[in-house]
Amino acid sequence: MKPVPDAVEIAPNTHWIGALDPSLREFDIILKTANGTTYNAYCVRGTQGVAIIDTVKASHAEEFFRRLEQVARYDEISTIVLNHLEPDHTGALPELMRRAPQAKLYISAKAQLMLKALVKNTELDYAVVETGDSVDLGGRTLRFFSTPFLHWPDTQCTLVEELGVLFSGDVFGCHFCDTRLFNDKVGDFRFSFEYYYQHIMRPFREYVLDALALLEPLSLTVIAPAHGPILRDAPKSYMQRYRQLASPLLHNEIGSNHKSLLVFYISSYGNTAQMAHAVAEGAETVTGVRVSLYDLQAMGNLPFVDLIEEADGIAFGSPTINGDAVKPVWDLLSSLAVIKVSEKLGAAFGSYGWSGEAINMIEDRLRGLKLRVPLKGVRARLIPTEGELEKCRDLGKQLAEHLTGTVERRVISLSELLAQE
Amino acid sequence: MPKANVTFEKLGVTVTVPAGTRLIEISEKVGASITYGCREGECGTCMMKIVSGMENMSERSILEDQVLQENMAGRNHRLACQAQVLGGDITVKA
Repeated sequence: MKPVPDAVEIAPNTHWIGALDPSLREFDIILKTANGTTYNAYCVRGTQGVAIIDTVKASHAEEFFRRLEQVARYDEISTIVLNHLEPDHTGALPELMRRAPQAKLYISAKAQLMLKALVKNTELDYAVVETGDSVDLGGRTLRFFSTPFLHWPDTQCTLVEELGVLFSGDVFGCHFCDTRLFNDKVGDFRFSFEYYYQHIMRPFREYVLDALALLEPLSLTVIAPAHGPILRDAPKSYMQRYRQLASPLLHNEIGSNHKSLLVFYISSYGNTAQMAHAVAEGAETVTGVRVSLYDLQAMGNLPFVDLIEEADGIAFGSPTINGDAVKPVWDLLSSLAVIKVSEKLGAAFGSYGWSGEAINMIEDRLRGLKLRVPLKGVRARLIPTEGELEKCRDLGKQLAEHLTGTVERRVISLSELLAQE
Repeated sequence: MPKANVTFEKLGVTVTVPAGTRLIEISEKVGASITYGCREGECGTCMMKIVSGMENMSERSILEDQVLQENMAGRNHRLACQAQVLGGDITVKA
């Protein structure tokens, strides 16, 4: 593969001036890549000004400035647009601002604090922009679109109206380094595109749908993301793929008038399993709730993460072994960062031999993930009695009532709460 | 002793407490989804939203105000480890 020494024209008077990082294998700890990544920055020339869209990671600044200098002089730069302020896109910003002090910065409202943290200068010349705002470069109009939480609060997209070129930031990007740059030239990067969505955009599914509503009506020739291939061949198909990925999976299976409660359990001697069945049985008595029961011992986490993303409530049954919940439970509970779980209903239960700490620990984890945990979990020493199974059925029933909104609102005094402990 | 009624909206629970109680003392007992870090008003982890009744809460201290600003909080946000209920009805989003 030949090296890319120069700035590359992606549309008339519009150049890629980014940097290549082919040896990168791990990005931000959580992401892996088989062939590195690119930090894409762009230069747009109008008759009255030049705009730089994003920069690169600090370690690759020299490469960025070399390409920039091939297409513009620093004193021509009137505009710097920052679609996303994470350090891999703003590493070269302080130096760029030093070399082009006359340039005005355009950022989203939420980017202000981050900008001040990155550039320790109290007299910054920047403008806050939102959907509908634009900058005229002379024959080239930059139009801004607020697309927050894709994947930081600050993220936005910028369109060159006359060209239909959308600088999309991390949206529609991926970690894939190929000197051929364009999606119709590079190697097969589909897996990287999907992987990137699953790890970076998936927790913000609702925001993805909001952004798509803004971006889908645009007439586009090129989507130019901040990482990975530039999408000039069928750019809209990448938007369509995002819409598919962001749409709920199980809508038809559960039904829009049903709530979904998942009961996960793992059991050494069948005691926690008995409790799980009782929780499910109790929940089943409530109309409008679909209950599913899963043994965590049998499967890996992946299908369960998908199921939890679609569920309204989740309950975990774990025995207590050596004062802790068991590993498969923690494995699943530590795999939920890629989906949105806040606002879901959560609960825990389980059998124990000596101490029974697992239930409180699971409840704390669920609260830490910002689930609602309104009901105290049920614990049973070894084999659950009929009374304890009844408590499990009642827990299931109350969980289902919380899901359907039929639970009675409770009024209690602080002293009564303290007495319950 | 004057009382206050604190409703945790998502839990569907109202707790009657003596005036002067901090939200942290109630939320942890009732099992609300508010998580705590330093518990001393410095880390901002327990930032939460007051749905109604802000006028029945203690004033923000300088420290709380600073932490809320650093976290880009709206005017309806408070730190649960710092905010005290003074009386009347308060509803929190948790």
